[in-house]
Amino acid sequence: MTPAGSLLSAHGLRKAYGPTTALDGAEFSIHPGEVVAVMGPSGSGKSTLLHCLAGIVRPDAGEISYNGQELTGMTDTALSALRRSEFGFVFQFGQLVPELTCVENVALPLRLNGARRKDAERTALTWLERLEVDDVRGKRPGEVSGGQGQRVAVARALATSPRVVFADEPTGALDSLNGERVMELLTDAARSANAAVVLVTHETRVAAYSDREIVVRDGRSRDMERAV
Amino acid sequence: MSIGHTLLGLLESGPRHGYDLKRAFDEKFGHDKPLHYGQVYSTMSRLLKNGLVEVDGIEAGEGPERKRYAITEAGITDVQRWLATPEKPEPYLQSTLYTKVVLALLTHRDAADILDTQRSEHLRMMRILTDRKRKGDLADQLICDHALFHLEADLRWLELTSARLGRLAKEVLPA
Repeated sequence: MTPAGSLLSAHGLRKAYGPTTALDGAEFSIHPGEVVAVMGPSGSGKSTLLHCLAGIVRPDAGEISYNGQELTGMTDTALSALRRSEFGFVFQFGQLVPELTCVENVALPLRLNGARRKDAERTALTWLERLEVDDVRGKRPGEVSGGQGQRVAVARALATSPRVVFADEPTGALDSLNGERVMELLTDAARSANAAVVLVTHETRVAAYSDREIVVRDGRSRDMERAV
Repeated sequence: MSIGHTLLGLLESGPRHGYDLKRAFDEKFGHDKPLHYGQVYSTMSRLLKNGLVEVDGIEAGEGPERKRYAITEAGITDVQRWLATPEKPEPYLQSTLYTKVVLALLTHRDAADILDTQRSEHLRMMRILTDRKRKGDLADQLICDHALFHLEADLRWLELTSARLGRLAKEVLPA
């Protein structure tokens, strides 16, 4: 059953990698404009949950509903198109293309969606400005700091105006000042665009930027808002 | 916090009336707990009695007389001594949460549930402080960060305890 008003929800998700159970009946739901932290110890299944919700990994059982569409029944091509047009991604490491400049990196998903170079780079620059890194527009990822690179990655995730942003330990490689600024910029931009953010983190200071949290333990999730 | 020492410290930059002292204190340190006038005047009487401040002047008005206070040499020495003395670190050895966890295990209740609920409550407070930090000035950010780091430390303990519940149960439950 899809919780009322939710944009993305999952019910009874199961996933095993060989003999290891990663998800064992996990539940999830998120509304537009909401930031939900997915927390839990290492190996609890939180990244697998994010990958299933984003259509990157197919669950062995269970249902995932995005905006009224059932993800588990979609073809790989349809899932790929959905990810490109509706979802944005921020990971901990290595997400920028090293050969491209920062502005080209941010413009890349727009170009893949068919935008002309000039238009894509204009939009990209707006996002770099918003993330306070327009000064590195012409530099390649190897020439910028970790904090700047992560802001560029956030700009890229948001440039296509996704309805859901998936962020897996987005500040894991940053010092606390840079990490907090990245979280401020990410959550402010997402909330103002009414985008939902699924935020996997083990850092409580990062989770404090969310509206609510779910805890994953041994592949099962617990929605703490409903628990309290 | 030692209100007496803080008021003395504020007087070092020049004599002030009790009302000005309260205002300066509230502005810099009284974010959630402004001083009561009564607290200011009782503290100033004590400092006066101990020779740490003196009355620098009295203004007569329509209401009660307004005393202006100045710090004495003994007061300056006292502030200097207070600033140079490290605060005693809080050992946090009496933890209600630890007691609750052990009692839950002893009575065969769900200790993990207690920790989950507490995490949620801590996060709720952390969200409030994070929001205040985002909207506040640097002073607000520093005060909120201090509180956030303490809450974060609690949560790290909570995660560690959560991972050790099985072992703890074996130790506290009779064989």
